[in-house]
Amino acid sequence: MNATESKNAFSYEDTLSFENAIGFENKYLYEQDPAFSPEMNRKKAIEVKDLNLWYGGNQALKKIYLDIPKNKIFSLIGPSGCGKSTFLRTMNRMNDMISNCRIEGKVCVDGENIYGKGIDVTGLRKRVGMVFQKANPFPMSIYENIAYGPKIHGVSKKEIPGIVEESLRCAALWDEVKDRLKEPALSLSGGQQQRLCIARTLAVKPEVILFDEPCSALDPISTGKIEELMAELKKDYTIVIVTHNMHQAARISDCAAFFLSGELIETGKTAQIFENPQDKRTEGYITGRFG
Amino acid sequence: MTKHSLRDFRENFMKSLFLIGGIGTLLILLLIFAFLFAESFNFFKTYDFWDFLTGTEWKPGASPEMFGLLPLLAGTAAVTVGAIIPAVPVGILSAVYISELAGPKTADILKFAVELSAGIPSVVLGFFGMIHLVPRIQSVFDLTTGQTALTGSIILAIMALPTIISVSEDAISSVPAALKQGSFALGSNHWQTIYKVILPAAVSGISAAVILGIGRAVGETMAVMMVTGNMAIIPGSDIFLSSVRTVTATIALEMGEVAKGTEHYYALFTIGAVLFVITIGINKIAEAVKRKHKQVT
Ligand SMILES: Nc1ncnc2c1ncn2[C@@H]1O[C@H](COP(=O)(O)OP(=O)(O)OP(=O)(O)O)[C@@H](O)[C@H]1O
Ligand SMILES: [Mg+2]
Repeated sequence: MNATESKNAFSYEDTLSFENAIGFENKYLYEQDPAFSPEMNRKKAIEVKDLNLWYGGNQALKKIYLDIPKNKIFSLIGPSGCGKSTFLRTMNRMNDMISNCRIEGKVCVDGENIYGKGIDVTGLRKRVGMVFQKANPFPMSIYENIAYGPKIHGVSKKEIPGIVEESLRCAALWDEVKDRLKEPALSLSGGQQQRLCIARTLAVKPEVILFDEPCSALDPISTGKIEELMAELKKDYTIVIVTHNMHQAARISDCAAFFLSGELIETGKTAQIFENPQDKRTEGYITGRFG
Repeated sequence: MTKHSLRDFRENFMKSLFLIGGIGTLLILLLIFAFLFAESFNFFKTYDFWDFLTGTEWKPGASPEMFGLLPLLAGTAAVTVGAIIPAVPVGILSAVYISELAGPKTADILKFAVELSAGIPSVVLGFFGMIHLVPRIQSVFDLTTGQTALTGSIILAIMALPTIISVSEDAISSVPAALKQGSFALGSNHWQTIYKVILPAAVSGISAAVILGIGRAVGETMAVMMVTGNMAIIPGSDIFLSSVRTVTATIALEMGEVAKGTEHYYALFTIGAVLFVITIGINKIAEAVKRKHKQVT
């Protein structure tokens, strides 16, 4: 633990030199905003440096530099096809499964480059969990769905019932399912299934949770529940969420990043991005979608 | 005729066409069914039902003639079980390899090979068995004849494999990618994902594959007849190394020489009915497995 903490302690000078290196191409707001003071920079959950990604000959991410602070909700916004999901998947290396995908650059989780040599990808995915757009519970019982993760990571049998209950409580699902844990997960409603998937992710005790449009298939009430849940979760986890819902981004996230055709246009505090965007393109997108 | 009534007429015409088709199929089925059981009924007029079911000897030429079912059933069971034991695991593993582990090119080549081998006529396989397998089994196990249940099993396993592989492969490939991704995203490796998520999700399709494979083995006549020696005796502990005669082989071998209306003739229809019942039984088991699986998903 101490080793990772010390690795994580990036100095402020580091940040400055790195900003000089990118020539302020991305307008960082860190210096102007007390919430992003140098102390803040030490609490980076994820750092992305000069990330480029290609699908075959088509470049889907271009020179991305981005820091994601700990214990915050970070939203990724931008028009369809701009690379949000692609970028999200670089953080837990889910792009590895796409055969023609090529990646250059660095993504550091807790200071460690996850594209470096000798990285244990399964270990990484345990630390960086992911919740998908469409709920994808396994065709097993509710209980087994949650127990699956801890079991594959070798958690002892005795501890599993406790983890299952804790995860379900954390995902605000326990009261609805505690009497039907043996029932198939697919018998739950769509919103419950999505919370089950969140609980399943929590059960492996990650540090970061990536959400890819988790509410796009849900009604306003289920969406509300999941948003409340995220606000609760950020105490213990770092959350990165892709959303098309500008109201949702404005409502729940602390920081936001705007993407356009594979480029990161602007990033900063959510209020800043929404109320006083620095880039014309951000403003156009926000006002078009929001106003 | 107005446009409207013309359309009505067309619709009614099509409806009746489908109805006739449906009823026709049902009629043919009922006819076969009735015929089979009527002939069996004739058999039990002269031959005791219990003696047939528990009889240990099948001797149509002897006096008195003996029509005991057990040796034939034992033959079919031995050959089928002997085929399924290797064919099921090998088939499922190949299906997993093709759909999960092999690269796209290798997978295509393997799938093509499986399709090709499904097309080999059973006589050809039986012939291959007679020429290449029978003498080898004889010398390896030092037997008086290489025509054994084991030889039949090997041929049947080869015949059942393409069915088991292609049906299982279909089932595995149609497991939603989202499930796989969900498993990977929790930090499980490919093996854990295959074993704990993909195979359970595909279990109904895989069991259908196994049942189809068994069905193929139980019903296969020609290839088995050519390599098993066709001795209607109840084998002992050395069951796989002795010559056996299956239900299907018995019908095929004796139907040509039997006189219509004799007890022997009716006996052959009766074992045909038994085969029918076994097949229905296997299908019912398949349905039950599917239903049980549905309760979980
Ligand atoms: N598996 C893939 N193979 C090839 N190209 C891909 C693949 N996945 C995405 N792309 C391409 O990469 C670009 C970014 O896609 P991505 O899915 O990241 O967009 P997105 O911002 O998430 O869009 P949406 O809001 O519609 O989900 C698109 O041009 C897309 O066509
Ligand atoms: Mg997307």
